[in-house]
Amino acid sequence: MLLAAVLAILVTMVLALIRALLGPTAYDRMLASNLFGTKTVLLIAVGGHALDWPSFVDVALLYAMINFVGTLAVMRFFQAQPQPQPQAPAAEHPPGEEHP
Amino acid sequence: MTPLVVELVSDLFFIAGGFLCVTGGVGLLRFPDFFTRIHASGVTETLAAPLLLGGVMCRTGWSLDTAKLLLVIIFLLATNPTAAHAMARAALQGGLKPWLGAAGEEGNGEQGNGEQGNGEQGRRDAGEGEGSSSLR
Amino acid sequence: MYYPAIAVTLYLFWLVLSGHFSGFFLLLGAISSLLVLFCLRRMDRVDRSPGFVPPAPGLFAYGAWLLWSVVRSNIDVARRIWDPSLPIDPQWRPLKVALTKPFGRALYANSITLTPGTLTTDVHPGHFNIHCLSEAAMEELEEGEMERRIRRLGR
Repeated sequence: MLLAAVLAILVTMVLALIRALLGPTAYDRMLASNLFGTKTVLLIAVGGHALDWPSFVDVALLYAMINFVGTLAVMRFFQAQPQPQPQAPAAEHPPGEEHP
Repeated sequence: MTPLVVELVSDLFFIAGGFLCVTGGVGLLRFPDFFTRIHASGVTETLAAPLLLGGVMCRTGWSLDTAKLLLVIIFLLATNPTAAHAMARAALQGGLKPWLGAAGEEGNGEQGNGEQGNGEQGRRDAGEGEGSSSLR
Repeated sequence: MYYPAIAVTLYLFWLVLSGHFSGFFLLLGAISSLLVLFCLRRMDRVDRSPGFVPPAPGLFAYGAWLLWSVVRSNIDVARRIWDPSLPIDPQWRPLKVALTKPFGRALYANSITLTPGTLTTDVHPGHFNIHCLSEAAMEELEEGEMERRIRRLGR
């Protein structure tokens, strides 16, 4: 059953990767990558136990924390970014100089 | 080794958790827009993760690892809503409007057609969903 | 009461993570707990934290009920995902919230988001904006059992 659980987690990771590639918005990609991170935590925990790694849980715990902080950081970055304005390209050709 | 009953319980947890895991992944692909996809990802994060980690907990027996796995579960459950809320808020502030189904199309369809071009995508995906229903 | 409780929590956390109970490691744990406490005190001068929430029996009872409702809504959302016709009807509207204390409001908003099928997108003084997957999930929230249970905690 450990093998089945690992396989299910791997399938989910592939599905999340497909969603990350398809998009369509940056938020969808971030959601998929957040899900991918959670699945990594589960994969470390289940696979680590299956392979008898020493102290696998510490790695899983650390990865869970990094995943959470990473998601929040990227979301802050999106919020801090100014929204693209429609008249932004026009700034390259100031109307006062080239089109008198 | 672990007793047979505990092993059976852990197998049950693994099967249920693995199934819910894949369910969330499928939902992430099938749902039409970003906000509905958050619900799909919630399925894998709120129930599948504790089930799978609980299955591992059953097998490690009573040791310090059990307490650490419990910490991982608590941490995942505590941070998942915050991350989901942060993503939803960032998307709303970024000009993404939720797709409100065929009924909301007339009222909110134009708003949904924002800078991100998501309204169009949501409609196209919804069309695929309706196509599969007519196939059935 | 606030700082000692946090110190004990930090030291227990160290013990769980380290797993070594020899004198040297116990000493290291005490030093790092005190270091974190020192940083926390300095940070509190700028940003007073909302305070330590002592675990109460009511909170555990609420957690058990929340777990049960999470399981129920998980099954509901999983059924909708696998149904070939994809029977979803997303709603996005305000939900009246009468809770006023910060902890209760945070707990309510987080509980709503934790339950699959419902999601808090915005928190305003008198209402939350809720996005949900189906009309039924929204009606269950408007029926207000979750809010009643949080109010019974007295927070």
